[in-house]
Amino acid sequence: MIEIFNISKSFGDKKVLTDISGTFEKGKPNLIIGASGTGKSVLLKCIVELITPDEGKVFFDGRNFTDASRKEKIEIRREIGMLFQGGALFDSKTVEENVRFPLDMLANMPRDEKQDRVNLVLNRVGLKGANKKMPSELSGGMRKRVGIARAIVNNPKYLFCDEPNSGLDPQTSIVIDELIRDLTEDYDTTTIVVTHDMNSVMGIGDRIMFIHQGRKLWEGSKDNITHSGVKELDDFVFANKVMMAMKEKGQV
Amino acid sequence: MKEIGRYFIFLGNLLVNRESFKTHYKLVIDECVLIGLDSIFLFILVSSFMGAVSTVQTAFNLVAPYIPKYVISQVVREMTVLELAPTVMAIIFAGKVGSSMAGNLGTMRITEQIDALEVMGINSINYLVLPKVIASLIMYPMLVVVAGVCALVGGYIVGNITGILSPDEYIYGIRYMFNPFTVTFALIKSFVFAFLVSSISSYKGYYTRGGALEVGISSTKAVTTSVIAILLADYLLAQLLLSPA
Ligand SMILES: Nc1ncnc2c1ncn2[C@@H]1O[C@H](COP(=O)(O)OP(=O)(O)OP(=O)(O)O)[C@@H](O)[C@H]1O
Ligand SMILES: [Mg+2]
Repeated sequence: MIEIFNISKSFGDKKVLTDISGTFEKGKPNLIIGASGTGKSVLLKCIVELITPDEGKVFFDGRNFTDASRKEKIEIRREIGMLFQGGALFDSKTVEENVRFPLDMLANMPRDEKQDRVNLVLNRVGLKGANKKMPSELSGGMRKRVGIARAIVNNPKYLFCDEPNSGLDPQTSIVIDELIRDLTEDYDTTTIVVTHDMNSVMGIGDRIMFIHQGRKLWEGSKDNITHSGVKELDDFVFANKVMMAMKEKGQV
Repeated sequence: MKEIGRYFIFLGNLLVNRESFKTHYKLVIDECVLIGLDSIFLFILVSSFMGAVSTVQTAFNLVAPYIPKYVISQVVREMTVLELAPTVMAIIFAGKVGSSMAGNLGTMRITEQIDALEVMGINSINYLVLPKVIASLIMYPMLVVVAGVCALVGGYIVGNITGILSPDEYIYGIRYMFNPFTVTFALIKSFVFAFLVSSISSYKGYYTRGGALEVGISSTKAVTTSVIAILLADYLLAQLLLSPA
């Protein structure tokens, strides 16, 4: 479980996040949704202090991360797997080396076991046989999937995914969403997924936080997202043609 | 001023939370190869020509017939060892290796590769920059020695071809009143410059903000700042180590 309290962040005189609090539970993916440029990526980075928030506190399973010592922070960070919006693959390393990297750096296991683990996760993201490719040879969607493989290879307790399925076709998107959900359920991880894809929202959106212009406007699940009574959220949801069509037919 | 403070904090971070020796060992070797391949050709080219040109120009300036010819190569030697090899080459080192270090780290920054390291709990400054600094400290003095030798060989060849002075005179001049401390001094300078170029360029690259355009700006700034630092350090070292006690 991750709890955040009153997170605020400005860049210069531009206020990007305003007073965001919330709880992210274990075992089911937690979605952060919102339009482009509303501060979703910044919020994710504030939680792990890649960007230091101006105000606010973050707790990982009750452990105060904000006020922790450098050493304690490193301990906690080693339990985190993170997928970045652009993949953030190490471009001088092959796919396999990228995925094996967290194991090489942090885990103490024999070479064979690492290799098995790498092949296992590459298999799960549907990239069997891409082991020796360089990141520059991959498509955008493939890079994303390698990023996911790298994020989950170390069995993280906390999994952060910044737009795991942007740039993927709808079918692969669903596969990735389901992968994230299964991992979260199987290993009881605390998972936060940033997305603006309504497909994902309706697929794995059991817990959703809606951010608009740096503020949290709504919290709920896919079951009540269509009648939230929040205008900004309605605008966001029904910008999706399928959702709109369903609304017109009275199905939602 | 704030920038300098941040630079020293950056240097402090080089050494805290170190990764294992084994990890670094491999990275240092990789960097050494990269630096060597990157600059060896240019170093040889530039230093040979500088040696050759120095020989011709010194000969041109020493017109009086009572000055023995070997003085020419003696002068070339002093210039090469004291200034041309360590300092001028450092400027080339900054242009070639420094800018590519800054570009490399800048790209890693804007594509979030540095964030990815940090979120794994890895001290990215230590992991990425320390190998570059160590590799520079190993490679640059070697490159300076190579450059020095090439310069002297360049002078020898030109002196010989143009008939400015005979091989025997050249060799005699090279060895005449040779003070070994000048070589020590050149090596001390090499270490200092290697450290300055690699750490300043890395610093500039590491703190890149923005996009591809800013990576280019960081590279350019890395070179400018390194060159200024080299020249200042050059002056200070000369004052410190060469002024008669
Ligand atoms: N390092 C930074 N310096 C200054 N401004 C920044 C920085 N990072 C982000 N911003 C600004 O913060 C705002 C929110 O950015 P953020 O990347 O969080 O958006 P987002 O919600 O993730 O959007 P998208 O869905 O397009 O990824 C943007 O207006 C952006 O310009
Ligand atoms: Mg984003």
